[in-house]
Amino acid sequence: MTRVLPLACVLACVLLIWMAAVVPMNWDQAQALADDGAQWQDVAWATLSLDRPLLPAPHQVAGELIGSIAGWPVTSPRSLVFHAVVTFAAAVVGFVLALALGVALAVGIVHVRTLDRALMPWVIASQAVPVLAIAPMVVVVLGNLGLTGLLPKALIAGWLSFFPITTGMVKGLRSPDPMQRDLMRTYSATPRQEFAKLRWPASMPFLFPGLKVAAPLALVGAIVAELPTGAQAGLGARLLAGSYYGQTLQIWAALFMAAVLAVLAVAAVDLAQAVMLSRRGGRL
Amino acid sequence: MPADIVVEAHGLGVTFEADGQRTVALTDVSLAIRAGEFVSLIGPSGCGKTTLLRLIADLEQPGAGRLLVNGTTPEQARLQLAYGYVFQAPALYPWRNVTRNVTLPLEVMGMDRAQRQARAARVLDLVGLTEFRRRFPWQLSGGMQQRVSIARALSFEPGLLLMDEPFGALDEITRDGLTLHLHALWRRTGLTAVFVTHSIPEAVYLSTRIVVMSPRPGRVVEVIDCDLPAERTLDLRDTPAFIAVAHRVREALRAGHSYD
Ligand SMILES: Nc1ncnc2c1ncn2[C@@H]1O[C@H](COP(=O)(O)OP(=O)(O)O)[C@@H](O)[C@H]1O
Ligand SMILES: [Mg+2]
Repeated sequence: MTRVLPLACVLACVLLIWMAAVVPMNWDQAQALADDGAQWQDVAWATLSLDRPLLPAPHQVAGELIGSIAGWPVTSPRSLVFHAVVTFAAAVVGFVLALALGVALAVGIVHVRTLDRALMPWVIASQAVPVLAIAPMVVVVLGNLGLTGLLPKALIAGWLSFFPITTGMVKGLRSPDPMQRDLMRTYSATPRQEFAKLRWPASMPFLFPGLKVAAPLALVGAIVAELPTGAQAGLGARLLAGSYYGQTLQIWAALFMAAVLAVLAVAAVDLAQAVMLSRRGGRL
Repeated sequence: MPADIVVEAHGLGVTFEADGQRTVALTDVSLAIRAGEFVSLIGPSGCGKTTLLRLIADLEQPGAGRLLVNGTTPEQARLQLAYGYVFQAPALYPWRNVTRNVTLPLEVMGMDRAQRQARAARVLDLVGLTEFRRRFPWQLSGGMQQRVSIARALSFEPGLLLMDEPFGALDEITRDGLTLHLHALWRRTGLTAVFVTHSIPEAVYLSTRIVVMSPRPGRVVEVIDCDLPAERTLDLRDTPAFIAVAHRVREALRAGHSYD
């Protein structure tokens, strides 16, 4: 209850502001469509139920969401669930790639001194590239190379999301204090043993915050990668089609679906973290 | 060299260089520790006690002199797991429970699981922590954590136990309890122990010999025999014999200072 109440308050505030914005945003359109003798109350009322509003009202978005989720079988391209699954699959594969790359880079950076100097600038440079801006181009290029479907999207998603994983892991793998490391030395542990029994477990608390940042980024990457080439499936395709045809309701429904997927992804990371914590006595 | 000499040092010297500043941590330290002895290193902080212990453990390299552990180089001794090291802080791995902290060195050695469990049970009994074996470090008091750390150092049955102010961060009541405990443990196991402290009563109570060191550069001022009865209780600290040894240690510490 203590968690639900603040959440409900925020939700109510957002809905109020949203409703308040709908009337002025759609006023011109509603007035143009209104009869000559229409009162201002009628126009205001009409702003809430336009076919292609500039800003749809909350109930319109809700209706569109329910209609596009429940109205069609999930295998139909008209179903929003179908598109959500397509995007989520690409994001998940991208996230797994980011995890593998992020951890591998961190291990290299921490263990090989020359890699620290050689790799880190490139890792940072890769994040300075405006992936979102060039993603369409990358997807087109990959398409020409024969890479279509899920993989190019996953690559963009991975590119966009590996950085927080790398930085978190670098910090985590370096977190053991000198005493904890000296202890391993008194056992004459091999570097591999030191990694497995000290550095790796010590890095876990640093990995999960990185994963929590990376998960929504992977989703953004997958959606952006769907924008070009007139992809027929995925939330990105829905957004694009919606803006082509002025279907604002469809755009907003897709945006909400993306937000729900992001929440689900972060919740999944939280769950994985909870499992890890329970095996460590609930701390760290 | 007699077979029962565990640590033998000749003219050891260590100089640290940090930020262009040279610190002479130890000069001309010579020392022989026999099997089964309990030797305390006592001196003001910064006099190189930790450094000397780390030299024996092969965690630090001498700049001068010769050091033998079990008749071999410190490195050989380390590779043979000749010693268990107890650090100033417990240095437990917080993601492992008590038992798994104690079995850590055994895992590194490649001992099988059943044997590890048996060893852990035995050393945890030795330090009186059997009922806390499933707890995690943060669920234990400082004194209990340090006992886990001692159990961990004993788990692979080294002949030599190196302890660096293991009770330094604890309150006096806990310290007294642990001092008693450590003495009983040493008597039962027949270990050779090198124990760093800056507490005179602690050193006198526990030791067979006390090595008094002076600060900057760290030198051995005097080695004092501590021939109190083998059976020791806390009441011993009020006896004339105990007070006499403590007095000698204090005098030696003062002499060390006057060299400055
Ligand atoms: N790694 C190091 N680098 C530089 N100076 C050090 C290092 N370790 C110890 N010292 C210096 O050597 C001296 C002895 O230190 P230490 O052996 O820790 O003394 P103690 O344990 O008796 O307090 C101190 O002056 C300390 O500052
Ligand atoms: Mg010290």
